[in-house]
Amino acid sequence: MSTPAPAEAEDLPETERFEGEYPIRIHDLRTSFGEQVVHEHLDLEVRRGEILGVVGGSGTGKSVLMRAIIGLQVPDEGTIEVFGQDITRAEPDEVIGVRNRWGVLFQGGALFSTLTVAENVQVPLKQFYPELSQELLDEIARYKVVFGGLPEDAANKYPSELSGGMRKRAGLARALALDPELLFLDEPTAGLDPIAAAKFDDLTRELADRLGLTVFLITHDLDTLYAICDRVAVLADHKVVGVGTIPELLESGHPWIEEYFNGPRARAAQGTHKAALAKGTAEAGKYLDNTDPQGS
Amino acid sequence: MREWAEHSIHEAGGSLTVAISGPLRVSSIGKLDPQLRAMEEPVQTVDLSEVTEVDTVGAWVVQRFVEANNATVVGASEQARVLMESVREAQSSADVKRPRLPFFTRVPEFTGEKVVHWFQGVYGMFGFLGAVIIAFFGTIRHPGRFRGLALVRQMEMVGVSSLPIIGLMSFLIGIVIAQQGAVQLQQFGAETLTVNLVGRITLRELGVLMTAIMVAGRSGSAFAAQIGTMKLTEEVDAMRTIGVAPIEALVLPRILAAVLMMPLLGFFSSVVAIIGGAVIGDVMLGIPFLTFLARIQEVVPLHDFYVGMVKAPVFGLIVAVSGCHQGMLVKGNAEEVGLRTTQAVVQAIFMVIVLDAFFAVFFTEIGWG
Repeated sequence: MSTPAPAEAEDLPETERFEGEYPIRIHDLRTSFGEQVVHEHLDLEVRRGEILGVVGGSGTGKSVLMRAIIGLQVPDEGTIEVFGQDITRAEPDEVIGVRNRWGVLFQGGALFSTLTVAENVQVPLKQFYPELSQELLDEIARYKVVFGGLPEDAANKYPSELSGGMRKRAGLARALALDPELLFLDEPTAGLDPIAAAKFDDLTRELADRLGLTVFLITHDLDTLYAICDRVAVLADHKVVGVGTIPELLESGHPWIEEYFNGPRARAAQGTHKAALAKGTAEAGKYLDNTDPQGS
Repeated sequence: MREWAEHSIHEAGGSLTVAISGPLRVSSIGKLDPQLRAMEEPVQTVDLSEVTEVDTVGAWVVQRFVEANNATVVGASEQARVLMESVREAQSSADVKRPRLPFFTRVPEFTGEKVVHWFQGVYGMFGFLGAVIIAFFGTIRHPGRFRGLALVRQMEMVGVSSLPIIGLMSFLIGIVIAQQGAVQLQQFGAETLTVNLVGRITLRELGVLMTAIMVAGRSGSAFAAQIGTMKLTEEVDAMRTIGVAPIEALVLPRILAAVLMMPLLGFFSSVVAIIGGAVIGDVMLGIPFLTFLARIQEVVPLHDFYVGMVKAPVFGLIVAVSGCHQGMLVKGNAEEVGLRTTQAVVQAIFMVIVLDAFFAVFFTEIGWG
């Protein structure tokens, strides 16, 4: 569309940047599937500008928590505030103003299979901002594809022609389409080889720093936790049993946390991170080694 | 009310300055971008000091304008500079869509592709039929590999579960034939021949034909969708690696179920249609219900029944083979499952009707007229 349609466009909600301190606040959340309780009395606050890693054993409801926050799963009890708005009881119209401020990367990428990568990126743009011209949309899609870490010529490929790692990058490009303030990543490095995973970590950190994103990152990858997360939230026993930097979590003495961060794999990941610090490839004291990057 | 990014033009000493104000965000850029693109005179300076916020889309719009005019940027915030640098590094000229050939090349190419695909399809279908026959004799030699439970399950799905819908359809068709036939035959005073009409046409043609169409829509499509989805989720590949032949485990039970159930369903359909006709005979023509049924035995030759029962398993085979074949051809994405399912049904119905025409001529020629 070359001419903007003001009447239609002005019905769209205002998208001011969120200035409060906690883009996501979860209080006393309870979710269940029939008899099986997933979360009970779960509280969690995500700070603005941080990369929060969410860990937990299989089946502890990490993905369910993410689905609850983005409104795909209705909780039984409790409140979830995103950008200060309770989304669990909001009408669909009220949530639109929140939806265009987050981007979600699903586990498998969840790309629309009949559209090219670039067209996938354009879907949210067209949905929320119909006034943008096709020319601009094409230009945006091209640079977002590169932002997502894909080669330029991947723009006109269909998802079925991409490898698993490239599909995740394409999914990231689509998640970044609206320049969100809040980014949800569900196991972004699962199924990637170590080199690709490390690159994806770097990409996430770089984007988060450059675009000022708040990232909610579900992961099993200990390297990711050590390398890029500001804080880590641990899900166990139906709730968040600890939030903080890894040293802080270890002080809490929770048995699962102990086992998780003192296992052989965790030690190996920690070793890699320390070596990277020594070589100067990671910024010393910026992330997990410091007690709290936000200084609170 | 949304706040839009705006611009103003200042001229000083023969050089043009464009001053941009307001938020430079994806939500507010929609009006500014076409205005900047429409500008023709070269601009020397872009002033960003009045910009309140900026995101990558806003940075891109300014960056593109600056590059097109070879202008210098003044008053940019730290964030704006970083973002403009980022999008400048990330810009590319890649195609967004797949390039399309011009119309005059595309249409012949498309037609040619269709023709080639059609022949490949026929060829592939014969190949698939061959594989099924080999698997069939393979299971006869090794009866232990035969999936009895799967066969029974498929027989239930294809046969028992479709009884209500086939019954209802047949009953209504019987009513329509009897009622319409009676109206025409009454003009010759030959309304009693309605019995012949209903009895012969249902047993010989319609019972089996309508059932085959119904089974194609109900079970043929299900076969294609089930097997196609299993192909997508790599279940079929997993089977192969475990040493289970997908043809034996997935295809054979479905095809046998359709071949075995079709004659039964076709016969059931014919019987229900005759009952429908008999109801109309009773109500409209004054032929008592039981008399109608008794007359059927007298006027319908036994070979009409044979004609129907010979055709039924063949139709079942066609429906099941095209369903399973299309399912096994699925690869790539979810859209393909839908496409193949549609194709399975269309192909099955088409072939059933073509074959039915051949059968009609054939059986008349051998004296089963």
